[in-house]
Amino acid sequence: MQDKKRTILIIDDDIDFIQQLQLSLEAAGFSVRPAYGEKEAEEALKEGRPDLVISDLMMEHQDGGFVLCHRIKRQDPTIPVILTTAVTSATGLRFDTITADERSWVKADAILAKPVRFEQILREIRRLLPEAQ
Amino acid sequence: MTDTLRVLIVDDEPGMRLAAERTLRQLEVEFPDLEMKLGFDIRMAASGEEGLEVVDSFSPQLLLLDHKLPGLSGLEVLDRLASRKVDLLTVMITAYASLETAIRATKLGAFDFLAKPFTPEELRMTVRKASHHYLLQRRADELAREKRQIRFQFLSVLAHELKAPLAAIEGYLFLLKDLPAGMEPAAYAKVVDRSLLRIDGMRKLIFDLLDLTRIESGQKKRELVELDLADIARSCLETVQPAAAARQITMVFEPAGPLLMTADRGEIEIILNNLLSNAVKYNRDQGRVTLGLTREDGRVWIRVRDTGIGMSPEEVGRLFGEFVRIKNEKTRNILGSGLGLSIVRRLARLYGGDVAVESVSGEGSTFSVWMEPACESGPPAGAEPVV
Repeated sequence: MQDKKRTILIIDDDIDFIQQLQLSLEAAGFSVRPAYGEKEAEEALKEGRPDLVISDLMMEHQDGGFVLCHRIKRQDPTIPVILTTAVTSATGLRFDTITADERSWVKADAILAKPVRFEQILREIRRLLPEAQ
Repeated sequence: MTDTLRVLIVDDEPGMRLAAERTLRQLEVEFPDLEMKLGFDIRMAASGEEGLEVVDSFSPQLLLLDHKLPGLSGLEVLDRLASRKVDLLTVMITAYASLETAIRATKLGAFDFLAKPFTPEELRMTVRKASHHYLLQRRADELAREKRQIRFQFLSVLAHELKAPLAAIEGYLFLLKDLPAGMEPAAYAKVVDRSLLRIDGMRKLIFDLLDLTRIESGQKKRELVELDLADIARSCLETVQPAAAARQITMVFEPAGPLLMTADRGEIEIILNNLLSNAVKYNRDQGRVTLGLTREDGRVWIRVRDTGIGMSPEEVGRLFGEFVRIKNEKTRNILGSGLGLSIVRRLARLYGGDVAVESVSGEGSTFSVWMEPACESGPPAGAEPVV
C-alpha cells in the first residue's frame, strides 16, 4: 500500500507554504519530499525520481525555479513540473505555458500564481498524473 | 556641463525686447553651490495674448513680463498663469512700480521686479537671482520626490512583511478546519508551533517599527543622563539569558569596571538587546556569546561576538538595509523583522558613531558599535523619517 503512494517533491523557501501543502497532499494520499531551496532540491533529485515536482520560482536565485525545471526535464522529461510563483501578484509580470514561444523556454507543465488554492494544485496534479486518483 | 534655461520676454516695445535679448543671449552664469553653468534660450512676445501662447508651446522656466501691455495687462497674464499651474518664475518689468501693483503681482506669484529703464547689468543680476532661485526650488522638489519614493518603498515592503505572517497563520487555521481526517499529533503540534512563531515574528516587527518611528520622529524625548553601561549590559544579558540557556549557549561578560557615558538608557538597551538577541538567535547550540565594553581613544565600544553561522562577504554587504534578512538553509527557522540592525545603526549614529561587522561564514560574527561619549546632538541632518 505504502509503495503505491505517488511521491511529490515540493521545492520552496517558504517553510509555511511547504508545511501546509505537505499536510494537505498527505491527507490526499500522496507522499511528500520537501526541499527548502534549490540546493536541497538538487540533493533530493539525486536520491530518487519523484512522480511530480512542485517548485517555487524565486528562491536563492531569482530564476531558480526556471533553472531547476530545465535540469529536471533534461534529466527526465517525463517528470511533470508545476511552477508556483508570487511574481504576478507582486509585480504584475505574467508567465504562462500557453503559447509555443513560452513553452520553448519555460520548461514547466503548469504555472500557478501564488496565493494558490489547494484545489487548484490538486486539479493540476490529477491532470498531470492521470492514474493518481 | 552647461544647462540651458528657457526664458520668455513679454514686452510691447521692440527696442526693449531686442536689448534684453542681446544681453541675455551672451549671458552665462555659474552657480558653484549647484555645480552648474547656465546659458539661456530666449523667446519673445509682443503682447500678453501672444505670451500665453508661447508659454504653452515653449514652456519657459523664467518669464520677464512687462506690466503695461496693450491688450491683457501683465497682472492679467499672471492671473491666468496662476490658474494653469505652470512651473515658471516671473519677474515683472514695471516703468513705475506703484506699491499697489507690486503687492498684487506678488500675490499672483511674481518673484521679483525690474524697474524700467534698467541697465544691462541690472537685467543680468535679476536674471541671475531668479535662475538661482528657480534651480534651487527644482532641486528641492527632486529631493522631496526621492524621499517620497523611499517612503513608498519602505511602506510597500512593510505591507508585505505584515501580510506574509497573516497569510501563513490563515493557511494553518484553514488546515485545522478543513483536513477531513484530522491531523496526527506531531503534525498538529507543528502547525500550532509555526503559527505561534509567525505571530511572535509579527509582534517583533511591530515593536521594532515603533522603535524606529520613535527614533525618526524625535518625538520620544531623549533623556541624556550619565549611565553605567556595564550596569545596563547586565540587565540586558538577563533578558536574553532564557533563550540562550534553552540552547546551552554560554554568555560571557567580563567588564573591567563601570563604564560611564552620557546617554539615553532606552536607546542603549535597544542597541544591546538587538545585538545580544541576534548573537543568540544566529548561534549554534552549545555556542558562546561574548560581550565586551571598552573605552578606546575616547570612544565607547560595544562588541558582541558569537560562534554562530556567520555570513559571506556578499551577505555582510546587504546586512544593514531595512527588511534585509539573510535567507539560507541555516536561517530558515529563525524569525526576525529585518529592522533590528537598521535600528542599531540609526541609534549609533545619534551618538556620532556607527556599527560594523566582521564575519566568517560557519565560524561566527563580531558586531561592533562605537559612540562618542560627548555627542549630545539631536537627530543628525541625515536622519530622514522613513514612516
